[in-house]
Amino acid sequence: MASPHPPLLLKNGRVIDPVSGTDKRCAILVADGRIAGTGKQFRASSLPAGARTIDLRGKWLCPGFIDMHVHLREPGEEYKETIASGTRAAAAGGFTAVACMPNTRPVNDCATVTALILEQARHAPARVYPVGAISQGSRGEALAEYGELKKAGAVAVSDDGRPVTNGQLMRRALEYAGNFGLRIISHAEDLGLSGVGVMNEGDLSTRLGLRGIPRPAEDIMVYRDISLACYTRRPIHIAHVSTKETVALIRWAKANGCQVTAETAPHYFTLTEEAIGKYNTLAKMNPPLRTLEDVAAIKAGLADGTIDAIASDHAPHSPLEKEVEFDLAANGIIGLETAVPLALELVRAGVLTEARLVELFSVNPARILGVEGGTLAEGARADLTVIDPARKFVYTRDMVVSRSANTPFLGQTFHGKAVLTIVDGMITHSEL
Amino acid sequence: MTMEAAHRFPHKHLLSLEDLSRDDIGLVLSVAASLKEISTRSIKKVPTLRGKTVINLFFEPSTRTRLSFEIAAKRMSADTYNIAAATSSARKGESLVDTARNLAAMAPDVIVIRHACSGTPQLLTNHIDASVINAGDGAHEHPSQGLLDLMTVQEHKGRIAGLTVAIIGDIAHSRVAHSNIIGFTKMGARVRVAGPATLIPPGIARLGAQVCSTMHEAVDNADVVMALRIQTERQNESLVPSLREYARFFGISSRTIAAAKPDAIIMHPGPINRGVELDPALADGPRSVILEQVTNGVAVRMALLYLIMGGN
Repeated sequence: MASPHPPLLLKNGRVIDPVSGTDKRCAILVADGRIAGTGKQFRASSLPAGARTIDLRGKWLCPGFIDMHVHLREPGEEYKETIASGTRAAAAGGFTAVACMPNTRPVNDCATVTALILEQARHAPARVYPVGAISQGSRGEALAEYGELKKAGAVAVSDDGRPVTNGQLMRRALEYAGNFGLRIISHAEDLGLSGVGVMNEGDLSTRLGLRGIPRPAEDIMVYRDISLACYTRRPIHIAHVSTKETVALIRWAKANGCQVTAETAPHYFTLTEEAIGKYNTLAKMNPPLRTLEDVAAIKAGLADGTIDAIASDHAPHSPLEKEVEFDLAANGIIGLETAVPLALELVRAGVLTEARLVELFSVNPARILGVEGGTLAEGARADLTVIDPARKFVYTRDMVVSRSANTPFLGQTFHGKAVLTIVDGMITHSEL
Repeated sequence: MTMEAAHRFPHKHLLSLEDLSRDDIGLVLSVAASLKEISTRSIKKVPTLRGKTVINLFFEPSTRTRLSFEIAAKRMSADTYNIAAATSSARKGESLVDTARNLAAMAPDVIVIRHACSGTPQLLTNHIDASVINAGDGAHEHPSQGLLDLMTVQEHKGRIAGLTVAIIGDIAHSRVAHSNIIGFTKMGARVRVAGPATLIPPGIARLGAQVCSTMHEAVDNADVVMALRIQTERQNESLVPSLREYARFFGISSRTIAAAKPDAIIMHPGPINRGVELDPALADGPRSVILEQVTNGVAVRMALLYLIMGGN
């Protein structure tokens, strides 16, 4: 990705770097794709030739945000999204990197598909970290080739979209992934309990006459995975936490020394099942939107460190999958462009500090995936996200960068967004 | 028509009884009561809806409801067309939205839809100008059935407010139960439900029903006892062990009904699994109003078509 581009002097910004404990106004110099220095100010004579100065007064300068859970749909469903369009949406949303889930067609369960994804991403405006499949074809029967996947560039393995039903297979996956330093990302769902459900089970599902997905469908499998992770002494990452019970289980597991990490998506701390209204398929996801109590528990988990990361679960679908009967509609919404604005609402509400936000979007995803990033230390790769907390905007259809527009947030007014994204010292998105 | 309605029907569509006010329901029932007489004439037809087009769009098999809507429309002189899923383009993979747009292009006035997926009538309204009447969507609602049940009780008891209605059986999957719970509670009746706990959904109390743990508790001193059809596939979903056990413990028999008021009426939305949810002797006995429900179905649907197409 590195190519010759002018050095950048980013000055007057509020630099937020939780790893070094920095939160102050200073300047950062970027040269040759790396952070060349940090300081109160740089003398003009000390700047490299051709350096461009960008004034970030009133903005936050953060280590690059990493969305560790997206669906780019390529290969196989390019009418919904491509690696090119999805990474453009990522850059526009303030992300310097994304980890893409393997439920493509074909499933990314082998080196060939991983290599194809990375080849397509070579000139993309965001780094792409492929996640390989836990099982061949994500069928939940036999382990995929983790060694080959790792060698080709996969950073983790997951059967996301489908749970690993067989406990023995999950145990073996945890053990074998350890040989290659790959973390398992678990989509925790008991299919017997979720059955043909299409929304959270409760008063509202009864009123709408829709089949419910009870909360234990998630909790039971989260406990199974925590139990197996403890037993095998391997790390596990729980994807898209949606229930208060899951938050409590993860808190308990962490207190007991299990290597468990977790992410949630902005819709789980923003919306409840009420968003379904009159059968709005843009509020249909898996796990389903839950209740106010769950939203409160997830916010608390984000604040106290129980939940490690915010990931969008960006799931593009066309009207062919969404403008249909609720029972038949596909799960999921796009999220790359709204994740940061929605999380900034939590900062505005006092739920999260600015430093905690950066941990959730940058420091922790980098650590969990084992990739470079999450730091503004001198010499670190110059992947940077700049946020303007005061930028007010209405998210309209015309603004959508993703190839799909399946989001319930169209028309919503946001306060704050990413206004400059830099990857390898190169500007990938700017609306300063 | 000579109907003098103090209250105008303010709805373009009929998607659920949740959307109707007490006054709206009262209006439908009074219009239905006056239209009922038409079906007793030797020439069972009035010209009220001449030139109007009604399409019955049925994605689920139905004999009674589809025929009832068709007869209702024809007695009001509307032109009716029936589309059954088996012969429609749904089988060819056309989406519902495309079907809706194509129907809209043929300018119908009313589309009566039945569909296995809850919320489908709502989806139809987003893509079509015609009025939409929900003839049953998934486990959501069957509002015209709720209205005809209210009409039948009103005829027999002279009122609805203050009555006790027991609904027995598969509450979880029954759109009839949902519309009836909403309709009867809205009109001031008390509704109790009972059945296997596997078939009592969460939040049913929020709809206004009192959940009873025994049949006796539900039926005790009731004015109306309504049995619901139990689908045979519930056995395969581990919701009931067998129809035999269901009939023995949750079927309505003369023993169960003994706890109800002496003049209690017995209702069923049909079709009946005789000997499973309802003892055949009761279904055919003097307290059964099951066939009156069917007769009133035509009157209620005539009233709905009339009111939805703008009254007079």
